[in-house]
Amino acid sequence: MGLKYILRRLLTMIPVFFLVVTVVFFMIRFAPGGPFSAEKKVSPQVLKNLEAKYHMDEPLIQQYFRYLGDLSRFDLGPSFKHSNRTVNEIIGEALPVSMELGLISLCWALLIGITAGGLAALKPNTPYDYIPMSLSIMGICLPTFVIGPVLVLVFGLWFNWLPVAGWNSWQDRLLPSLTLGFAYAAYISRLTRGGFMEIRHQDFIRTARAKGLTEGQILIKHALRGGILPVISYLGPALAGIITGALVTETIFNIPGLGRFFIESALNRDYTVVMATSLLYFSLIFLCNFLVDIVYVILDPRVKYE
Amino acid sequence: MALLEIKNLKAHFHTRKGVVKAVNGISYSLNPGETLGIVGESGSGKSVSQLSYLRLLPSPPLRIPEGEVLYRGENILTMSDDKLRALRGNKISMIFQEPMTSLNPYLTIGSQLIEPLVIHSKLSKKVAWKEACEALNRVGIPEAEKAMKVYPHEFSGGMRQRVMIAMALTTRPEVLIADEPTTALDVTVQAQILEILKTIQKETQMAIILITHDLGVIAGISDKVVVMYAGRVFEEAPVDTLFENSEHPYTRALLKSTPRIDISQEKIPVIGGTIPDLSQLKTGCPFYERCDYRKDICQAEFPKVRKVSSVHESFCHVENFK
Ligand SMILES: Nc1ncnc2c1ncn2[C@@H]1O[C@H](COP(=O)(O)OP(=O)(O)O)[C@@H](O)[C@H]1O
Ligand SMILES: [Mg+2]
Repeated sequence: MGLKYILRRLLTMIPVFFLVVTVVFFMIRFAPGGPFSAEKKVSPQVLKNLEAKYHMDEPLIQQYFRYLGDLSRFDLGPSFKHSNRTVNEIIGEALPVSMELGLISLCWALLIGITAGGLAALKPNTPYDYIPMSLSIMGICLPTFVIGPVLVLVFGLWFNWLPVAGWNSWQDRLLPSLTLGFAYAAYISRLTRGGFMEIRHQDFIRTARAKGLTEGQILIKHALRGGILPVISYLGPALAGIITGALVTETIFNIPGLGRFFIESALNRDYTVVMATSLLYFSLIFLCNFLVDIVYVILDPRVKYE
Repeated sequence: MALLEIKNLKAHFHTRKGVVKAVNGISYSLNPGETLGIVGESGSGKSVSQLSYLRLLPSPPLRIPEGEVLYRGENILTMSDDKLRALRGNKISMIFQEPMTSLNPYLTIGSQLIEPLVIHSKLSKKVAWKEACEALNRVGIPEAEKAMKVYPHEFSGGMRQRVMIAMALTTRPEVLIADEPTTALDVTVQAQILEILKTIQKETQMAIILITHDLGVIAGISDKVVVMYAGRVFEEAPVDTLFENSEHPYTRALLKSTPRIDISQEKIPVIGGTIPDLSQLKTGCPFYERCDYRKDICQAEFPKVRKVSSVHESFCHVENFK
């Protein structure tokens, strides 16, 4: 793998990105209703002014190219619903919040998942194996909108240990990120266990033992890489899941992240915000998968992308 | 004193389906500089007989209920893990049948090759690297510096087995245990690998235990041979004696079923029947069902050792069956 591959991957993103822009642009406009249809008591004259202000009186195709032009200057336009605010401002505020939530969740998922899975693989068929693996089944089966409220109930309302909503102190981060990360921790623990169980029986591990390495040296130098690969290849889909899963979590915990704007804008036909959030989600997922692929190649020398 | 002495070693697997008695009381010894061949059909316990006492098999299910394995007079079976680890890959090295999977695919040849030197000889990585390059040269790998930076999948099976040998030899072991080192390779490469082992042995005077199911491999390289069947030793003899004057029906059957290049053969006879289920062994000789010379007593008890000469032992109730 070289620079050429990386460039090619990034270049293929451009046409796909255009496709997404086009599809979302027309789909949202062909959907019934419009940004101002919910507003009552708007006189035809005001409506006309509004439409003129947002260029909605122009032919659709002209609007499309205007949007593309703005986009190429990284101008995402004004929000239709939050008057006086540009989409750039909204994203600028909400994206860091969502990114923070996603990253903390991912850290939980990796930390809990790899620890539990590694322990289970070290002591298979013991309580160290059974307990986390049964819990992980739960984690995989239970959806976020069940885990979230349950955590709120237990840690927030019964024990009164943690805040149940908001996004100010570090304590605010705990419940939402655990809620979002739990399912991924569960899945990662199973992948880790599976990966290490398989590696343990490889011939090259026996070779390492025959060379006189200690179990610790074997784990760190010979087993870790191969054992962790299933987790690495899962990280692409996991990141995509965490990014979109944040939608629900942010709603449950009332977090001022991107998810709230995504849902709200879709319901309100806030065209520019829908466009911006969709494109952001798409780009994030694309880039995450891309990064994961690169990490995979670095870890496994047998894999070559041409 | 023998370098390595195995006395009445037993190795059993306690599995859910029962006790698989893979090794059932074997004894032989290895002197410095000597090459001991261990032959027998696949599944006769050759690999387990070595891997078990080196603690390279998962335990459970493995258990060693009886026996002693003396390395320079010290019992390996009762050694601490740390002490045995200091022997493994240092004084006692191993190479395996599967050159394609015995090297770590995620690490470069070099980083794997220097490990024994760094661990046991306490060399710095730089010095170890240099020695490892020399080891690669000794096993006939040209451009060692380049080879060190390569990953195993870029090498052929024969080249990887050379790397394995080089790796096993970096610490100048006293014993090299080679478990079917040529089985996975094609014939010309087999010959090269055996030639390398012979040459290096001449230089370093190490002892070799060569495990194989192929008598042809044994012939050119061994001093003495142990024939194994169903976890037992059937016969032990100097290599020439074994080929010319075997005193055991199983060895004879094995010899007959080995293709020979010195005489033309229409058909190679195979030994009828199969190895018995090692979890259902009865008393008596495990070869009973397949043996052309069987007698009633063979079913009743396993024979005691019969000394044909001071260096030739056979475990068979039949005498003079020619
Ligand atoms: N981990 C294990 N669990 C149960 N049985 C085993 C295990 N490893 C080997 N065996 C059994 O031990 C017997 C001897 O195997 P092995 O020593 O590998 O034979 P050989 O090397 O002579 O071909 C075989 O019957 C095999 O099935
Ligand atoms: Mg074997």
